Amino acid sequence: MKRGISYTAAFMTLLQRDLRIAIRHRGDIFNPLLFFILVVTLFPLGIGPEPQVLTRVAPGIIWVAALLASMLSLERLFKADYNDGSLEQMLLSPQPLSILVLSKVLAHWILTGVPLILVAPLLAVLLHLESNSYGALMSTLALGTPVLSLLGAIGVALTVGLRKGGVLLSLLILPLYIPVLIFATSAIDAAGLNLNYDGQLAILAAMLVGSLILAPFAIGASLRVSTN
Amino acid sequence: MWKWLHTFADPERAYKLSGTLLPWFTIFAILLIGTGSIWGLLFAPTDYQQGESYRIIFIHVPAASMSMSAYIAMAVASFIGLVWQIKSADWAAAAIAPIGAVITFIALLTGAAWGKPMWGAWWVWDARLTSELVLLFLYLGIISLYASFEDKVLAARAAGILAIVGVINIPIIKYSVDWWSSLHQPATIKIMEKSSMSTDMLYPLLINIFGFGVMIGAITLVRYRAEILARNGMRPWVRDLATAEEAK
Amino acid sequence: MTISNQSKVLLRANELTCIREERILFDELSFNINAGDIVQVEGPNGAGKTSLLRIIAGLSRPYAGEVEYLAEDINRCRDEFNHDLLYLGHLAGVKSELTAEENLNFNLRISGYDDFDTTAILAKVNLTGFEEALAGHLSAGQHRRTALARLQHSNCKIWILDEPFTAIDKKGVEELEQLFIQHAKSGGCVILTTHQDMSIISDDMLQKVTLDYRFI
Repeated sequence: MKRGISYTAAFMTLLQRDLRIAIRHRGDIFNPLLFFILVVTLFPLGIGPEPQVLTRVAPGIIWVAALLASMLSLERLFKADYNDGSLEQMLLSPQPLSILVLSKVLAHWILTGVPLILVAPLLAVLLHLESNSYGALMSTLALGTPVLSLLGAIGVALTVGLRKGGVLLSLLILPLYIPVLIFATSAIDAAGLNLNYDGQLAILAAMLVGSLILAPFAIGASLRVSTN
Repeated sequence: MWKWLHTFADPERAYKLSGTLLPWFTIFAILLIGTGSIWGLLFAPTDYQQGESYRIIFIHVPAASMSMSAYIAMAVASFIGLVWQIKSADWAAAAIAPIGAVITFIALLTGAAWGKPMWGAWWVWDARLTSELVLLFLYLGIISLYASFEDKVLAARAAGILAIVGVINIPIIKYSVDWWSSLHQPATIKIMEKSSMSTDMLYPLLINIFGFGVMIGAITLVRYRAEILARNGMRPWVRDLATAEEAK
Repeated sequence: MTISNQSKVLLRANELTCIREERILFDELSFNINAGDIVQVEGPNGAGKTSLLRIIAGLSRPYAGEVEYLAEDINRCRDEFNHDLLYLGHLAGVKSELTAEENLNFNLRISGYDDFDTTAILAKVNLTGFEEALAGHLSAGQHRRTALARLQHSNCKIWILDEPFTAIDKKGVEELEQLFIQHAKSGGCVILTTHQDMSIISDDMLQKVTLDYRFI
């Protein structure tokens, strides 16, 4: 039998599989999205609906909600595969683990990050976000949500085998999210004041590239520990 | 090149070596911290700006800097354990974690204690304290992860990976927090004006910094020995030790 | 240990020690597996059979000792080893949201095969008519057979199978035994654990590794 599959083909095969599974399990897509919307909605109820106050805190609220929604959605990244033995098969695959891991994280981002990015402008309207800030909002989310997926995947990979992994996950991941949060909100704030925010975007882009290169190794190593 | 590392891979050897080093570390720690603290808290000159309340830095700064060093030491031990597959390095990392966490907590507490007389608030979100807080969370993450795995060999590997990920992120987090702090507090409140420190203040500070480091080393050795015994409970040399203790 | 007729050593276990939950399951266990061997790991429940299989497959790391594939530590030649290994554990590796055909298609494609007929293969494991059924709706036996279908189209030399006969009927077990014999004859090896008696593969065709339950 002929044997051999290119890295790209392996990547796409796994990506297709994960997307197909998610489409049949649509709750996995909508639940984090609803969570995102709900969390944002809670803030005006909590701090009052004054437009000036909301405008000031809008970038922070949207981004914190995005962090939390991302974390919530990450729990399903490896859990199902762990439970039915597919994760083991992935680890024993002749394909490089990093490629397979990236494929799964990309699938996850397409299913949870992209809807987040698309819904964010609507939520920004609810929070009276400064009109100049919309561009920054979208670009920071576009650059930042993949980083959240990649870094979060490390935490998920470490806890997938644990019984009460979910609670621990937030402790592991949220400190790593802080730099993304700081630079993203700063960019949006700067945009609101009509200041240049290229620097912040550059740093976010650098984080994205850095995590694209380094995270797969950490995720792979963590998966090996979890399935030991 | 790193052959000498492998000689300490043997748990029994590591245990004996730690036992030999422990009394020295303890003595030095007591001497250094004793000297530094008494000098700093009682004899160093009064700061013309802050009065007597500044003296807390003789505890706060050593704690803060050593909390960072302990994390780096932990990450290095984890790295060695990962790359060279030396289990005793993993145990060393597991031993450091709770100590580092406590030191970080002390740094936060003393930082807050300083803040009260300085700015009238128990907590300020300045760069250093915020970074310390994030460091505490990183430590707590490692401790919790280690505790969650029943198999301690796996626990140490998992915690090791997290420690390495953490140590790579620490400079990034520090940089972003510093930057964030400069954005939101234009009149930057500097907790420590190192440049304007007279030698009378600097020396006790340095002595205490060293002292804290040695103290962390001493407590680590105690926990390390305990960790070795716990992980090797089924080995004959541990049983011999236990029966020898009972015979006494 | 019986000496096999073919001398090519595929796998070597070197002083494997496994400790789980502070119990030593096996200590300094060594054995060779040659091409053409069918190896059964046996022992009472909890003796460490699954742990041993996972260590040989490279999923778990032993407390001490190495596994060698073609005389090289598997940790150093993971790519080649994984290429030549087919492992089926307790968990089938079958996604319940995909159909039997989609599962098989994925498993084979990700292993590198691109020239196969899923309908024919599923027919060989008696799943004709169930190709479009979601794996989650299949019976336990059909679920397992979806996983076992991979064996029908594999050129991996090393098959490591943990309880492959679970939920399979007598006829299915016999068919699998024939498959194993065929695989061993063509130069591969099969390492398995099972509680069920095998009718076609007799004891003299087997190499046995026995783990006994040890107390410290």
